Amino acid sequence: MTRQEKKFSGVALEGKHRINLTVNGQLYELAIGRGAGKVNPSDTLSFTLRETLGLTGTKVSCDSGACGACTVLMDGRAVLSCMMLSIECDGKEVTTIEGLKDPKTGELDPLQQSFIDHTAFQCGFCTPGMIMSSKALLNDNPSPTEEEVKEALSGNFCRCITHYHVVDAVMDAAKKGVESK
Amino acid sequence: MTNYRFIGKSTQRKDALDIVTGKAKFINDFTLPDMLYGKVLRSPLPHANIKSIDVTEAKSFPGVKAVLTYKDVPDWMAGSAPQHVRILDSKVRYVGEAVALVAAETEDIGAEALRLIKVEYESLPAVYDVEEATQPDAPQLYEKFPRNILPQGIRVFGLHPLQEVVIGDIEKGLEDADFVIEGTCSYENIPNPMPPESPAVIAAWEGPDTLNVWLGSQGPHIVKVALEKWMGSINIRSVGYSVGASYGSKYMSWQYTMPAAALAQATGRPVKLSYGKAEHLAAFTVRLGSRIHGKVGIKKDGTVTFLSGDWLVNTGAFSEASQAMVAVGCGEAQLILRCPNWSFKPKVVCTNRTASGQVRGFGGQELKCALLPILALGMEKAGIDPVDFFKRNYVKPGEGYYWRDGEWWVCEGIDYTKAIEKGAETFGWKEKWKGWLKPTSVKGAKRRGVGVGIHGNADAGEDVSEAFVRLETNGTAIIYCGLPEHGTGQRTNICKMVAEILQIPLDRVSVTPADSLVNPVEIGPVGSRGTYAIGSAVIAAAEDAKEQLFEKVARNLKVKPEDLETLDGMVYVKGKPEARISWGKGMNYSGTCLGRGRFESDFSKPNFMMIFTEVEVDTTTGKIDLIRVVGATDVGQIIDPLCLTNQLDGCLGSAGIDSALFEEAVLDTRLGRIMNLNMIDYKWRTFAELPEMEHVILETPFSTHRFHAIGVGEITPSPGPPAVLMAVSNAIGVWMHDYPLTPDKVLSSLGKIAATKRGERA
Repeated sequence: MTRQEKKFSGVALEGKHRINLTVNGQLYELAIGRGAGKVNPSDTLSFTLRETLGLTGTKVSCDSGACGACTVLMDGRAVLSCMMLSIECDGKEVTTIEGLKDPKTGELDPLQQSFIDHTAFQCGFCTPGMIMSSKALLNDNPSPTEEEVKEALSGNFCRCITHYHVVDAVMDAAKKGVESK
Repeated sequence: MTNYRFIGKSTQRKDALDIVTGKAKFINDFTLPDMLYGKVLRSPLPHANIKSIDVTEAKSFPGVKAVLTYKDVPDWMAGSAPQHVRILDSKVRYVGEAVALVAAETEDIGAEALRLIKVEYESLPAVYDVEEATQPDAPQLYEKFPRNILPQGIRVFGLHPLQEVVIGDIEKGLEDADFVIEGTCSYENIPNPMPPESPAVIAAWEGPDTLNVWLGSQGPHIVKVALEKWMGSINIRSVGYSVGASYGSKYMSWQYTMPAAALAQATGRPVKLSYGKAEHLAAFTVRLGSRIHGKVGIKKDGTVTFLSGDWLVNTGAFSEASQAMVAVGCGEAQLILRCPNWSFKPKVVCTNRTASGQVRGFGGQELKCALLPILALGMEKAGIDPVDFFKRNYVKPGEGYYWRDGEWWVCEGIDYTKAIEKGAETFGWKEKWKGWLKPTSVKGAKRRGVGVGIHGNADAGEDVSEAFVRLETNGTAIIYCGLPEHGTGQRTNICKMVAEILQIPLDRVSVTPADSLVNPVEIGPVGSRGTYAIGSAVIAAAEDAKEQLFEKVARNLKVKPEDLETLDGMVYVKGKPEARISWGKGMNYSGTCLGRGRFESDFSKPNFMMIFTEVEVDTTTGKIDLIRVVGATDVGQIIDPLCLTNQLDGCLGSAGIDSALFEEAVLDTRLGRIMNLNMIDYKWRTFAELPEMEHVILETPFSTHRFHAIGVGEITPSPGPPAVLMAVSNAIGVWMHDYPLTPDKVLSSLGKIAATKRGERA
């Protein structure tokens, strides 16, 4: 978003008292203001998801856009939820780690299953962000090269060093995804 | 090799589903009704007396429930040892030290209230260098520590913990040496283990004498033990959550738990204190600063005749466990060096920067990073290949060492020679090693070099663990164990051990939460002790429970207990598959089989890790690329292959290998501030820069473990930094001894730019 567009979207909110946010398929109409259940103009999307909607699967680590732990999908693309104000997200569709399972069957997303199969986590704190970044990659590019996986995940911090298993998991999920089509 | 049903096989981690669906609960995902939020006002000065604090305005700010200063807080003292740290003091000793605490209805209100506190400081001169701090005229941090030196001989590990290595006669070693080398090496970039989850705790009192704490500690039980020792006669219940990693740093955790407890006491409500990332980086655990002035005697054949030296350990503003870390480091020095004459003397010193605390490697990494480069100078002089040197020197069964408890222990473990040889072969050491300060290859401005490091620890069998295993009438088993999950998969691995003994499906074994109210004593998964120490306690409990079950069934079936075996919740008479009885029937559907297990310290089984590295140095820009890493170890028996490779891959992170290349807390010594307090300026390795990684894992059985296994998780990063130092020095043909090897230092070593001193601008 350019600076001009940002300003414009700010103007568009003037006079609005609520935002509409679709999270994991469910529409939330959130009043703007202070207090329980409301969205303060200074609230980040990660704060709204975690503290207002109770979706604590999205993690906050650096809280300044450096580590990727808070990655969610917005209209299918990976964004850092700690770097967005919730009031900027009016009308958007957000998917968090809690929304990756098939809502009807409860079946895991193939990426989630692949992370399990490869033990592609250690402490697990960075895993939700890692999976969401991988999901955004596969949405765009269903059969990435290993280099493309590494590039797509290079904004995701993991200190336990599970990178090698994660690359295996994403490549494997991609391979199975392409095969099943 | 035994063909186990679960041990050695890849199995799904018990918490896997929760982790990949976002259900795994970390402490910040948890709130209590009526909970307040704690905030900390931190010192902008490295050393100052507080002349006055005015909290009137902050206290009257709407939503603020308490504001505490050094005048109001309980007189709880922590730190090791003797205790010397108050939660708030009238004096501050580093930038970032707590000056006041606020409890408020929201974090935002708390943050706002901090801005309303008015503090007047009397600034004092500060000292940062470990040697300057010990001069008579140096600023003094604590009255009780003259020249800022922490006392030795205090009871960190028993009555007479190891505080130096003094063996044989240095004069004799001097006589026997063909070469005597003297050198200084420093590992003082104080890298931060930087777990993604910053420290956080919830504290709530039940009446005046019971404190409940919930936190992501690596050792919830040790939190209870530490707090009960330091907060007077109160009862602590400590509940561990999923740990968003720790790497040793979130262990005793009093640094953030005691302030939360003080706020909870003052307000009568639960208080969550959760550090932001800048607080985490400015005011929580960094590695020890380590500097060695060493002297080594070596013969032409590579035999070391003596090692003497001063080990100067900079612990920053206080000691969390530094003397204990020094004790372990001194023990570990002996594991890698067969030498008859020692005079190796550590000194732990306080300075005006954030405190060093325990981190994966626990003193040993900090020691190795400074000691191995000095030993390398000796190897260079004698013309000895480092792989041959380490092969010859690493402790072997029958050889002894003083361990952290001050006792002489004799190695009863295994010989790691095969692991060294296999590692060297896999790496291609013979082909790549061209001699000291010689590159492996040169292509234009790019020069490659190789290096190797070694580490081992006899703490894989440290301390006490206790566990219970309860057999249920429905054929399931519950393990009572205060083990939190901090990333190693150990909570699942102990289930695998119990499932193997009881021969029941893995999903029929579960572990209690790491709650000190429920579980017996557990020091925690530190020092690679998860497999050997914790595992052995759990195994003993499972065996005990099985024995009890068999006794009951034997009476019922009128056979001897030793005639019985069990499979999938049924007990059989051996060789008679028709003579069987379910666990439930065996226990008459009304009894309980509760097995007890206990493990006592055993320091006779060192583990082992070697790391080979290849680097490429661009001599035009000074940039170093880590090309390849090969780790070599012997684990006796793999418990879970994927959990093991995860731990071995971990050698790059948690202030490990990369602390040789780019990781550092950049301390500006004019202001006393760490300048890179965010995750952009604090450098870390991304996916796009992964080196090739390979592991050599041997399985030579350890006879004293039920499954012949030994843990290695803690030690994997520690051999790495000196290996990189060696590789870079070989690549460019000049010794480099100044971690981290940033491009400017490479270029100044090559004489291409002028050298700058740490903390100064170029």
